[in-house]
Amino acid sequence: MSSNTDTIREFAQQEYKWGFVTDINEDRAPKGLNEEIIRFISAKKNEPDFMLEWRLKAFRHWATLQQSDAEPKWANIKYGPIDYQNISYYSAPKQKPNLKSLDELDPEIRRTYEKLGIPLEEQKMLAGVAVDAVFDSVSVATTFKAKLAEAGVIFCSFTEAVQKHPDLVKKYLGSVVPYTDNFFATLNSAVFSDGSFVYVPKGVRCPMELSTYFRINAAETGQFERTLIVADEGAYVSYLEGCTAPIRDENQLHAAVVELVALDDAQIKYSTVQNWYPGDKNGKGGIYNFVTKRGKCLGRNSKISWTQVETGSAITWKYPSCILQGDNSIGEFYSVALTNNYQQADTGTKMIHLGKNTRSTIVSKGISAGHGQNTYRGQVKILKEAAEARNYTQCDSLLIGDKCGAHTFPYIEVRNSSARMEHEASTSKIGEDQLFYLRQRGLKTEDAVSMIVNGFCKRVFRELPMEFAVEAQKLLSVSLEGSVG
Amino acid sequence: MSLLEIKDLKVRVDDREILKGINLTVNEGEVHSIMGPNGSGKSTLAQVLARRETYEVTGGEVLFRGNNLLEMKAEEAACEGLFLAFQYPVEIPGISNAYFLRSALNAIRKHLGEDEMDAMDFLPLMREKLKLLDMNENLMNRSVNESFSGGEKKRNEILQMAVLQPKLAILDETDSGLDIDALRIVAQGVNAMRSPQRAILVVTHYQRLLNYIVPDYVHVLVNGRIVRSGGPELALELEEKGYGAPGAGADSASAAPA
Repeated sequence: MSSNTDTIREFAQQEYKWGFVTDINEDRAPKGLNEEIIRFISAKKNEPDFMLEWRLKAFRHWATLQQSDAEPKWANIKYGPIDYQNISYYSAPKQKPNLKSLDELDPEIRRTYEKLGIPLEEQKMLAGVAVDAVFDSVSVATTFKAKLAEAGVIFCSFTEAVQKHPDLVKKYLGSVVPYTDNFFATLNSAVFSDGSFVYVPKGVRCPMELSTYFRINAAETGQFERTLIVADEGAYVSYLEGCTAPIRDENQLHAAVVELVALDDAQIKYSTVQNWYPGDKNGKGGIYNFVTKRGKCLGRNSKISWTQVETGSAITWKYPSCILQGDNSIGEFYSVALTNNYQQADTGTKMIHLGKNTRSTIVSKGISAGHGQNTYRGQVKILKEAAEARNYTQCDSLLIGDKCGAHTFPYIEVRNSSARMEHEASTSKIGEDQLFYLRQRGLKTEDAVSMIVNGFCKRVFRELPMEFAVEAQKLLSVSLEGSVG
Repeated sequence: MSLLEIKDLKVRVDDREILKGINLTVNEGEVHSIMGPNGSGKSTLAQVLARRETYEVTGGEVLFRGNNLLEMKAEEAACEGLFLAFQYPVEIPGISNAYFLRSALNAIRKHLGEDEMDAMDFLPLMREKLKLLDMNENLMNRSVNESFSGGEKKRNEILQMAVLQPKLAILDETDSGLDIDALRIVAQGVNAMRSPQRAILVVTHYQRLLNYIVPDYVHVLVNGRIVRSGGPELALELEEKGYGAPGAGADSASAAPA
């Protein structure tokens, strides 16, 4: 196995390719967190009173949480204390306000996006992707607005939504993830600086995939974006989120909140490919990704589907969940989480069945390599009123090497005897026999590993939009480089 | 230049010497059979030649197409035209048999400086070879070897060989687990591959496969050494008298039970 190990080592030492830093002028808040900062952020965004009030309520609540040491400690992750006063909570590229067209965008920012391969240009409309690009804290450009407007779809930055659609924001903000929800969600509610807003009106099938690309550029900043997607009766929308960040030695905090609301017969498909900087091979630096994502199937026959491919971040703490309130509503969670080197992931989902005939599916694929620690944590809760509820859970772990770990914590709570629950779990290791078989057919070790891992993840990749499935596969291969041995 | 030259090859596994000095020369166009009782080192020889790294080579030399085979990685040997039909083919869940086979073919084509083949060009080639082995096309959409029957797995090995067109094919106990019909089909597939540019090394415990794939040379491997070599008639003699019979070799076969 020795030459095998060497190849893997070389492979593993491949560097994070998205770690460049863009040199642009920023407008940023001084470090620290207090009511002044909250007012500063709100004023920067020229927010109406209700937003400022909401932020302040959240901040005051967060301050009590912090005093009572309520930062969650139950997850299977280890990290040093975070100094919340040593973070800048607002950073925006300085630029002319109100861009009339993409040409006015700072060329440096555009170059950054080009390096990332984001189709920001209008002519790339053929690709069928509309991009709302969030650079540090503000949304710099939103494309394809016109075409979406024709269909009546609102797709804009959160800041713009607060200005132009305050009623919708007021109605749905915090309706799925209240500002009191948890430590990080509360922090986000106080300081969130931007994000995306989507509203798909009654009976409208959104004519293209919507996509947001988040990127943390500035040093010592946190990114606290907030996404709110509302699909009105009979509406359909598919949304993709992708993330990267430059290489920095210190850890950076990312505490986002995503809220989804699906009314009667509406469907929301939310896909994430997360590739935040994971830290170097010795575990130095990297993003702390503490994210609250939740969808509410408010209406009858509604459906919310989460698909995530998590390859980045030093620490991932994330449980995209579904509250199945409407009768016959459906919740789905498809996840691939990869931890290599010293990455830690504690991720999974919650499926809360309230309505009758509600169904949920959970397919989780965890891959651990290097010294990575990968935890699946999933809760399925069937409440008393949820007659004939069904859940299917499949939870598989793949180990590469012998220094990594896979952990599974399923929580199942059933209060209605008509419920049907299925839970399957497996743990396997990439075998020397599999590698030898593929290599004997001419495949290089890294291609062989990649093939085995892709096979393992197939059930999840199938749920991703085609072009993102291809990207996810590539990302997985890169993230795994040098992982066998 | 011979296709394969093995000189005094010694191999160790966990401090136990399994191969104690093998000498064998195989030329293009020849079919050799290596026969021997369980535990004699047949499979070890096959796997060492295919460059499995779990074996420790302690002595000797192997030249494949004039190059030092023992310095090649498994994938390099494969790309140079060495193919092993596995005794126990391995399952790769979630990867379709067709995709796997095309990836393998393209890895080799790339190594040879040829253009990669897309799915459209690959399909007719695959169909032609499937027919040769009387295999159903739906096997190609299933995951590699997953829930294949024993016979399907072995046929799948020969299918891969037919598509990859190796210079040297090593068949490791390809007959084990096959009923007589499947055996005939597999042998047909192998025989169709016989060519003046290719050599085949058939490793087997039983003589019955050699009724269908008639070798040019038969070698008897007992306790890590080739103790006898001859023509196809030697296989028949072994079948009749067993490996332990006088004349079969100096070492007793029972010295190395399975």
